[in-house]
Amino acid sequence: MTVAAGFFYVLSAILVASALMVILARNPVHSVLFLILCFVNAAGLFLLAGAEFLAMILLIVYVGAVAVLFLFVVMMLDVDFAKLKQGVLRYLPLGAVIGVILLVELLTVVGGYMIDPELLKAPIAPITSDITNAESIGRVMYTQFILYFQLSGIILLVAMVGAIVLTLHHKKGVRRQDIATQVARKREDSIEIVDVESGQGV
Amino acid sequence: MFETLNLAIALPELILILGAIALLMVGVFSNSNVTKMLHISAMALALVVVTIFIIFTQGSEEATAFFGSFYVSDFTKAFKIILLIGTGFAILMAIEFKKRENFTQFELPVLMLLAAAGMMVMVSANDMATLYLGLELQSLSLYVLAAIHRDNVKATEAGLKYFVLGALSSGMLLYGISLIYGFTGSIGYSQIASSIASGNANEIGVIFGIVFILAGLAFKISAAPFHMWTPDVYEGSPTPITAFFASAPKVAAMALLARVSMEAFAPMGDAWQQIIIFLAVASMALGAVAAIAQSDIKRLMAYSSIGNMGFALVGLAAQNEKGIYGLLLYITIYMFMTLGAFACIQAMQKDKVSLTKISDLAGCGKSNPFLAILLTLIMFSMIGIPPLAGFFAKFYAFLAAVDAGLYPLAIIGVVLSVISAYYYLRVIKVMFFDEGEYDHDPMAGELKIVLAASSAVIILFVLFKLAVDDFMLQAAAAMFN
Repeated sequence: MTVAAGFFYVLSAILVASALMVILARNPVHSVLFLILCFVNAAGLFLLAGAEFLAMILLIVYVGAVAVLFLFVVMMLDVDFAKLKQGVLRYLPLGAVIGVILLVELLTVVGGYMIDPELLKAPIAPITSDITNAESIGRVMYTQFILYFQLSGIILLVAMVGAIVLTLHHKKGVRRQDIATQVARKREDSIEIVDVESGQGV
Repeated sequence: MFETLNLAIALPELILILGAIALLMVGVFSNSNVTKMLHISAMALALVVVTIFIIFTQGSEEATAFFGSFYVSDFTKAFKIILLIGTGFAILMAIEFKKRENFTQFELPVLMLLAAAGMMVMVSANDMATLYLGLELQSLSLYVLAAIHRDNVKATEAGLKYFVLGALSSGMLLYGISLIYGFTGSIGYSQIASSIASGNANEIGVIFGIVFILAGLAFKISAAPFHMWTPDVYEGSPTPITAFFASAPKVAAMALLARVSMEAFAPMGDAWQQIIIFLAVASMALGAVAAIAQSDIKRLMAYSSIGNMGFALVGLAAQNEKGIYGLLLYITIYMFMTLGAFACIQAMQKDKVSLTKISDLAGCGKSNPFLAILLTLIMFSMIGIPPLAGFFAKFYAFLAAVDAGLYPLAIIGVVLSVISAYYYLRVIKVMFFDEGEYDHDPMAGELKIVLAASSAVIILFVLFKLAVDDFMLQAAAAMFN
């Protein structure tokens, strides 16, 4: 057993176990944390398969953004997860059927070469082994695909502008920190020295 | 490196996008009061004019940029100029709305500019990825614009409806694109066409892809049976935004539809012609019949625009040079008629509250004869009475259909055009013959400019045609080079 195979089994085992824990954990916050563990292990598997770009993207996008967003949603919204889980037994048969269908589909995809060995020759543009796949994406991202890349950027800008336009309310009467006025404050404006005679009070 | 990018070809788009981003910065770092907002609108208007000017100065030969994914010719130039004119008028109409509502969100004209940039990319797209990105840039800006009047429940509802249905149509479009990519092995228009022509692609698979792509695009031009969102969105959005929805995006989506079907799917002409004919007949019929029962003039205009899209599709269904010329002419005239009509609708306000019932126009013929006569002429033009512009629009569309041997389509179109005359005439009847108190606020200057410009085109169309006919014929011919 090579080192790579050892890593594969360790990562897969933790991946499957944490995936199970995502749906079994009682506390939804724990579920999200197991989901993050799941993502990290999947990224490790991608790394083993030589797809280091996908591994990095998985970490940055899913762990860095999506999972954190989930965490926010779970902690902010008052969802009664115990109530949501009540119907588990009732829906179990349906879930099992869907799971079996998915398993059969996966087996046909993976085991397709047993039926027709020609299917393995499908990849049209194989990545040459002398450059990494991050480098091969980098070679076209800012040259051949510059238009798509920049247009996607503008679409994201519109999405951001739209979110701000539709949700940002400038409320009157909210006390905000204004550093300029804080710095400009003088001693004379805020402190009054009073000579209090004893026994008199202010 | 820069030679292959050919940046100069995409100069109008670059200027528009960079200008919009600059305006965004100006807006963010200036105080939010109404006069500042008006300055930003004026700058946006100037930017649109500059962009039109740059398009005019570009050469008329075909060229591609960004490694073949961006295409310009006389065809794209003509459509871009028209949609920019529509955008400019819509920005002008929005100025009035901002003044009246004391609207301080400077993003309104910026989003219109970004939507216009998306439309220009749609028109110039030369592969499926650029098509989709342009379409999303346009749609996303439009979703936000629909809901921009966020304190208004109806506008919010309109924005949400538009977003959900628009996302659905984008999904269908993407599914179609993925099928086409799977069966032809490429996303470039010309490569798709050559793959289909060489017989390498599975024909049934390609037909499936075409159906999904056309369904997605039919959503965007609101052709029946994919029109459900139109009346609600038109009714709920503020009037200048509705005018924008009804004008420029339709021009861009029509150009996109023409380019995808005539370039990428040219070898499958018979397959998509059936779909286009069905869409045309269904839209014309729905537009003619469903508008009769409407009491809200914005909903009426929504059904009218559905019907008009049907008439424009007749030109595309003909699949010849005359058909493309008819399509271009129709969409140009439609845009001017719609903008004129919406300028009148926006002028219907009492104590700064806009009215949208058709019955609110009663008595207009007596107290404001000038407005009433111009609106009457626009309605006559929509019916297609010579020598107004609408007559020529329908004439050339049907002429192309007859030329291509599509006699039943032309006959159905003429009959449905007569049926649709009823509701246009009803608006005129309400204005001149119904008793009513018409004491609306005086029409704002910005609306007067839009109304004057569009009625000038409609009334003096014969002269207008003499001026632009050569260019339009060139544009239609560019599609067949």
